[in-house]
This record gives sequence, C-alpha cells and structure tokens, in this order.
Amino acid sequence: MDLRRTMLFMPGNNPGMLQNGGVFGADAIILDLEDAVAPQEKDAARLLVAEALRTIDYRASEKVVRINPLDTFARQDIKAIVPCGLDAIIVPKVESPEDIRQAARLVAAAETPGQAPVKLIALLETPCGIAEAYPIARADKRVAGLAFGAEDYTAALGAKRTKEGTEIFSARTIVVNSAAAAGIQSIDTPFTDVNDRDGLLADTALAKQLGFKGKLAINPRQIDDIHRVFDPTAQEIDWARRVIKAIRKAEAEGAGVASLDGKMVDAPIVARAERTLHLARLLGLAEGGLL
Amino acid sequence: MNQLTNAIGRSLPADVDGYGPVQPFAGAFATVPAMRRQAPKVKRILPGEQKLTADLAAVFKRIPVTDGMTLSFHHHLRNGDGVVNMVLAVAARLGLKNLTVALSSVFPVHAPLVEHVKNGVVTGLDTNYLSGPVAQAVSHGVFPRPVVLRTHGGRARAIECGQLKIDVAFIAAPAADEYGNLNGVAGPAACGSLGYAMPDAQYADHVVAITDYLLPFPLAPISIPQTRVDYVVKVDCIGDPKGIVSGTTKITRDPVGLKIAETTAKVIKATGLIKDGFSFQTGAGGASLAAAYYVRQMMEETGVTGSFALGGITGYMVEMLESGLFRKLIDVQGFDLEAVRSLAANPNHLEVGADFYASPFNLGAAVNNLDVVVLGATEIDTGFNINVVTGSDGVVMGGSGGHSDAAAGAKVTIVVANLLRGRLPIIMDKVLTATTPGETVDVLVTERGVAVNPRRRDLYEKLQAAGLPLKTVNELKALAEEIAGIPAAVTTQAKIVAIVEYRDGTVIDVVRQVK
Repeated sequence: MDLRRTMLFMPGNNPGMLQNGGVFGADAIILDLEDAVAPQEKDAARLLVAEALRTIDYRASEKVVRINPLDTFARQDIKAIVPCGLDAIIVPKVESPEDIRQAARLVAAAETPGQAPVKLIALLETPCGIAEAYPIARADKRVAGLAFGAEDYTAALGAKRTKEGTEIFSARTIVVNSAAAAGIQSIDTPFTDVNDRDGLLADTALAKQLGFKGKLAINPRQIDDIHRVFDPTAQEIDWARRVIKAIRKAEAEGAGVASLDGKMVDAPIVARAERTLHLARLLGLAEGGLL
Repeated sequence: MNQLTNAIGRSLPADVDGYGPVQPFAGAFATVPAMRRQAPKVKRILPGEQKLTADLAAVFKRIPVTDGMTLSFHHHLRNGDGVVNMVLAVAARLGLKNLTVALSSVFPVHAPLVEHVKNGVVTGLDTNYLSGPVAQAVSHGVFPRPVVLRTHGGRARAIECGQLKIDVAFIAAPAADEYGNLNGVAGPAACGSLGYAMPDAQYADHVVAITDYLLPFPLAPISIPQTRVDYVVKVDCIGDPKGIVSGTTKITRDPVGLKIAETTAKVIKATGLIKDGFSFQTGAGGASLAAAYYVRQMMEETGVTGSFALGGITGYMVEMLESGLFRKLIDVQGFDLEAVRSLAANPNHLEVGADFYASPFNLGAAVNNLDVVVLGATEIDTGFNINVVTGSDGVVMGGSGGHSDAAAGAKVTIVVANLLRGRLPIIMDKVLTATTPGETVDVLVTERGVAVNPRRRDLYEKLQAAGLPLKTVNELKALAEEIAGIPAAVTTQAKIVAIVEYRDGTVIDVVRQVK
C-alpha cells in the first residue's frame, strides 16, 4: 500500500521551494508544471523540474509531477521528466479512459530500460471526468489513484464553492467508490483557505469519513493537520488488534466467524482492521507486532 | 608581529594598531574581573541654574567638546534616528577632528558617518551592531582605526569598567523636561525603553539630552533622571517615527521558517523547561516570532505561567503578558508601538538598562535567569561557534548585539537557521568571524534536522526520547554540501578593520578588510 495521506503541490518554476520540498514530511511532493506555471515559463519550469528530480533528495516523499493537459504540453513534459527518476505523474483534466491510455503510451515510450514503471494518478476535475471515473480508474495498470479537483469541477457545474462542500458531495463519493471498486487510491481535493485550520481539519475528517485515502495540499502548513486526521488513532489501532485477535482465535477454534463486543466480525471488518494495522506499521505507530 | 591563539583556536595579533594589546578570549566564564568601577566627574548645579540650552553648538562650546573625544549615542530610534547625524554635523561645522563615536547600534540611516570618517571628523567607532553603508565602509577599510564590536552586555561592562570612556553622551529623548528627566514612552518619536542609554547616562563625563517633546517639570515616568543630565536641547525633530517602530511585527509565512519554528518549539518542550516559572527570550524576526507562537500554544495547552520574557520586546510578548502567560516583561528595547504602550501603562512591564540586561561583570544580569533563548546565525561551524557579524561575502552585516550575552546566560541556547541560505550551506568547518563561542550554544535547529552540541549529552537524550530528528552537526554539514556543494572560502586582506570583543572584553576574533 502506497502512503499518500498528503500530496503537496510545489510550483515547478520556483527553485527555492523545489529545493525544500522534502523537508515538510509530505507523503508525496507534486512538482507542478500546470497551474502554478505561466505559459511563457513552461519550458523553463520543465527543465528545472527535470533537474530537481535528478538532483534533489526528497527523502521519504514520493516524487510526483503534475504535467500539463494532454491537449497542451503533456507530450513535452512526459518526454522531459520520465527519464529523470520520478514515481508518478498526475494527469490533469482526465475525462475518458482514452486520456489515460494516451498518457500511458507516452510514458512507456519515454521510460528508459530498467526503470521502475511510472504510475499515473488521474485528476478528475470536470463533470465528464467524474462521470467516467470508474472506467478511468481501470483504464491502465499504471493507474494508482484518482484525485479529485473541486475548483474546476464546480466552475464547470456553475455551482458556488462552500466550506462545507455540499456541492461536491456526490462527486466525492463517486471518486471514492470508483477508486475503491478498481482497487486503487482516492485522493481528495485541496482545502484552499490556508489560514483556516479548523476548516481544514473538518474538511479532512469528512474526506476520511467518506473513504478517501489522502488529500492534496497546497501549503506545507497543512501537512501535519492532514496527517493527524488520516493517521489511525490509538483507539483505532487497539480496535484493529482486537479484531485480528478475535478472528485468529475463531479460526483456531474452527469457527467461520468471530464476535467482538457483541458484534459479528466478518471479512470486511477484518479487511478494515488489517488496513488500519498496516497503515499504523507504515507510520511506526504499531510497535510490537500485530497482536 | 606576535601572534596569540585564543580558546576557540583563532590566531590573533598580540597588539593591534589603533586598538592596543589584545587579551585573547579564554572561555565564556574564564575571565574574572579584577578592577573597580569607574566614576564620572562629580559636578553640581546650583539653585536657579538652567539646563535648557539654545542649540547644540552652544552645548559643544559650554562643555567644551574637543578633538579626540568619545561621543556616545543610543540606537533606540533605530533606522529613524536623526540625532547622531545632527550632532556629527555640528561637530564637523565646528571643525572638530578625531572623534570616536560610541553608538550602541548603527543603521543605514547613519550613512553620513562615512563622510565624517573620510573628512577626519570621526576616526573611531565603537558599536554592538552594524548595518548598511557604514558596515560596508568598515569592511572596505575606510576607518583609520579598527572598529570595536561589542555585545550589548559587553558595552555596558566596558562603560562601567572604564574601558569605554565616554566624554559626552548625547541622548535622544522622545520626552524630556527642562531639568533633564527623560523617558521614551511619550512624544512623536516614542521608542519605548531607553535601556541602552542608561549606562551612558550613568558614567559619561557629560550628558546631553536632545528632545523634540518638552514637557513641564517633573516628567513621569522617569527613565533617566535629572541627576545625571547636564544639558537639555530642544530641536524640531529627533527622528522619523516610521523608522523607529515597525508597527505590528508579523509571524513569518515562509513555510521553511515555520517548519524550523515548530521544530524549535518541540525542542523546547523536550527540554522539560516549559513549566511554571519558565523564562524565554527570542528575537523580533518573523521566524523567532513563529517560535514564540508555538511556545505560546504549548504554554496555553499546559496552563503554564512563565516568570518573564526578555530582550527586544514586541507586541506579541505584550499579548503574552496581558493574557497572563508571563508575569513580567523585562524590556531593554521595544520594537513596536504595542511595546511602547505597554511600557507606559503596565507596572509588570519593566524598563531596564543594558547592564541589568546582560553585563557579565555585575551581581546579576537578567540573561543569567533565562531558561531558553532562540537566536539566529549567518554561519555556524562544527564546533557550534556562531557568526553573526559577517555575511557570506565577508562584508560586515550585523553584530552580536545581545547574541553572546543571552547565549552565555540561558540554560538552553537554541540557534535556528536554514541549512541552506539561498544556495549556500550555513555550516562550515570554521566560521569566517566567530562571534558567539560554541561552548555557549546547545542546539542547532534547521529544516533538515536538529544537532545537539556534544557537550550537552543530557539534552541529546531528552531530544532523542522526544523523537526529534537528530543528526550530528557534521551530518547536517554533509547534507548541505551534498545539495549545494562546498562554497569557496572567502579570502580577505591582511588589514584588521574590526575587533570582535566577547562580552568580557577579551577578543574572540577580528574582521579583516574584504578584497
């Protein structure tokens, strides 16, 4: 399971920020070639990002690049950055499975022999993209996640963005469901008011409740708060341990199902508990093994 | 020329032209004073005599100010100061030569000083902090004698011990009465505390108050009393309020600065010092304020009441006082209008002199009671020695101010710095100009890890237990060099342009002319 609680955008045309991308502890750093970069700076940013990928140590953070849309500079972006050792590409404004397949072909052509396959994350930010979410999620084996971008989406809908996010509720559930059905990750839209910490915490808690596995971040100050929400709590870890213990005991006794606190422990419950413990282990929160 | 080596391995000449014999730095607390305090001339004033004098030129004649004298000034008006330039213009007009200016800190507004040096009016400078055109002129060897760089506490010590003998102290007074009582909390140029002027007023042979805000006798509150003031001169304007106070000082929004500040707060928490009675000093810069922000959060969460906050006081510290997080503020220098307002109104906001704040040779400087101080650095070396005097090009751009004083006094001294400044590593084998000795520095916090001085094994264990990202200073240095390469060493000329005195008056380093 890849850890993508936070994916932090860094402008691809800012050497100072690119240099520091690894110090904030984000699970993934997104070097942005799209919205953060003015059209006249696209070529310079592409060179800078390629160089950053080759030379800067982003420590434990996954290296991700958001390229430009397929109908603009995506071809040049992919050719320049894929050989530089990145982990994944975010493809913006994906609207159909064919968009993903086209991106995958371009990536395959740009990969060097022996290079670990570059993953794709489809950014769904149009009504078409949301409508096609599941086919997009299954379009290619490189697709590791669906990310949701609410700003473009609501603009296209003609809906007003609100802090509580009523207008994006259905899109969020579609993204989560499509990703889960395809067995990949779902990453929630960023919270854009960087000075509203309570708002960020509430929005992230909602995303976690809906089933998202992570959230895009537009400011390093958001990272710790998002992690705090997505990290399993001590109670969740304790519950997960007790679930696994109960099911192991039931198996040893030859029973098909177990019960815990008067409730049946079945396969989905076990899967959730296993995921919680796996996440806890990845984060160093579950010392002492599973039980 | 005879050479000496001081306790941090700096090679120094035994004698420097224009400075005299060098007493090498022997260790932060190694030099024990064996002297008496100097005493100013005993003078009197008779009933009915007036101190108010028509203009500065008249004061120069009555004292009289003569060639070769040392004139002192304070820096509380900062980059809005009009008094230094005004006094030196009079000195130049009267044809005086070979004066020494003892100004506690030099700002860009003091640029005319360079011309006075070129014309021979001024030949010496004694200060704690230098910036702007004067700093550049020093680096390029414009001064005929080496500039003496002291600490804030060291300047007070030097005045008290007679090593910095002041003939005339010119005190910019935001408010004064005709009999020479002064304060900094009223008037158009209100600057708050007059702490750096207090030793000057106490020990100078002559004291001249210059004000643009004359109030009826007796003025209250009194920061500097009539008993130490010879003359009062009323002028139109002593300074530009825009340069004196900075308004509200803002917490940095730079994400790297915030990361460092947050890590710093975690370090402070890990030391276990955040408990009732906690005392704290930090600077007024955006990153230092951010550290204060996180410390404040921890104090609020744990219900801790601190004993005092110290140093340059900002509105943020005032808020902490007023919300009960600290019992007292000890204020040697105010940084904004909130600090001025609070000093005037709040009995728990204490105005103190530089000697009370930080002198190493008295029976109790406030820095000695500090739990934690957070300080900056332009360079740090693998022995934890800090440079806050010269920049990466070797040019003077600062000075110790209270850096060495607070570092020596505090139980835990934390230096915060970006591991990469621009594209240059901040850690090197040997800093270009040592200012604060490594033995008084405990922790270095950067955005890529925290290093603990090996002398503080106790702290290392506490920080390790708290899960902080610890590295050795050598590991951090290697990390920076991996990213940015090893910068070429700055080469300088042989000529010594400044002597860096440690707070006890020994020489910790010298600054040489840039090429």
